[in-house]
Amino acid sequence: MYVDPEIIRLLAFLIGVIAFAALNAAYLVWLERKEAAHIQRRIGPKEVGPFGLFQPLVDGIKLMTKQLIVPAGVDPVLFKIAPILVMVPAIMSFVTIPFSDTLVARNLDIGLLAIFAFASVNVLGLLLGAWGSRNKYAVISAARVVSQNVAYEIPMLVTVVTLVMISGTMNLSKIVGLQMGGFWHWNIFNFSASPLMPVAFLIFFVCMLAETNRAPFDMAEAESELVAGAFTEYSGMGFGVFFMGEYANIVIGASVATILFLGGWDCPFGLFPGVHWFLIKMYFLIFTVIWIRWTYPRTTFYGLLNLSWKILIPISFVNLILTSAMLKVF
Amino acid sequence: MIDYLREIISGTWSLFVGLGITIRYFFQPVVTVQYPHETLPMTPRFRGHIELVKDEETGEPKCIVCGMCQKACPSNCITVNGEKREGVKGKVLTEYTLDFTKCSLCGLCVESCTPKAITFSKDYNLAGVRKEAYIFDLKKRLEAKN
Repeated sequence: MYVDPEIIRLLAFLIGVIAFAALNAAYLVWLERKEAAHIQRRIGPKEVGPFGLFQPLVDGIKLMTKQLIVPAGVDPVLFKIAPILVMVPAIMSFVTIPFSDTLVARNLDIGLLAIFAFASVNVLGLLLGAWGSRNKYAVISAARVVSQNVAYEIPMLVTVVTLVMISGTMNLSKIVGLQMGGFWHWNIFNFSASPLMPVAFLIFFVCMLAETNRAPFDMAEAESELVAGAFTEYSGMGFGVFFMGEYANIVIGASVATILFLGGWDCPFGLFPGVHWFLIKMYFLIFTVIWIRWTYPRTTFYGLLNLSWKILIPISFVNLILTSAMLKVF
Repeated sequence: MIDYLREIISGTWSLFVGLGITIRYFFQPVVTVQYPHETLPMTPRFRGHIELVKDEETGEPKCIVCGMCQKACPSNCITVNGEKREGVKGKVLTEYTLDFTKCSLCGLCVESCTPKAITFSKDYNLAGVRKEAYIFDLKKRLEAKN
């Protein structure tokens, strides 16, 4: 029987991607707890296995053995489908992400567009889950999440448009290919395209934090005023899948930032480029995301929208205009 | 316009300062004590439940069964009993019970004890599942310590 090797390759990538997403979701929780602990000068999880490394496993078992309560009055279909709607786009985004020049499931020519299309489904999942919960806290949280995501999608996309103008392609592999050969070729230091590139990276990073609903922008899970926001009615693995989806989205965000600004799998000194450099940069960004969460207090909702509309959007537009002018002139 | 930009730059800088502080803490050594595995030494003035003091020469409790502690106790949680024995001067302690469910750790018993035969223990691991576990037989505790 003849089996197309392309199908086997895709299947292998599918399994690999799901395993990578699940492993990351589990161990980022461990990393988060450890990092939070050390910033507060504690140890963090240490009882289960060496350095508490089996903690995510035990947490997972705990969540899975819990009863999945579907409260009376919820929309049964939306309530059950919402966690999956958060998780699936995150896994689908992994398909187009090139981890190295050969390690990519499907090298789409519109890879960048595909990732942003999938990323916005994440918000829809949260909205449906909150609406289906029939809970006032959840609905308030969902309204916040949507307005937050609308506000932060604009500066993010404007920054991405700037990068697409510089690179002339939406193919992620080609975008990385243009940045090869040392850190001075990376887009973050591409001063010949626009002197504001480090600022553009900062804007992208802040928007990534807001898009993934991370602290200090965690309006979705506003524990202090909205119980648990959109997740109020979720228990057991329903909540667990939401949680995993959130961490998978952080991995996606860090990967895209690595590809667009930090040269993907390129080595900073021009030696041995490969998947390890990609992972080092990605995990450094994830470390920073967690570091930020345990440094800053939460913003108010108005402060958050003001930051986007009054600061990030004007600056990203200035960067866009500057870049197009410089591309025209030089 | 200048103020707008200045505010953005100083605000961004303050965020980086904050990150710098937390990362310094991240690399500093841990300050917490891992409680069940390691404990801090108790301070000398810690007032736990009371305990009998041993006479170093005879090995018996120092208690002379005067009953002052029993009288001083405002919540009546101490029971002291003794008997006369042949060839022994004074009374010999036969029973010293502390009902810790009623004790408020006021320390009046320790204050009233003339021969300094009772003292505060440093024991604070006192969790239990039965009420009866808190009626301490202090004489037995002293013997178990020997």
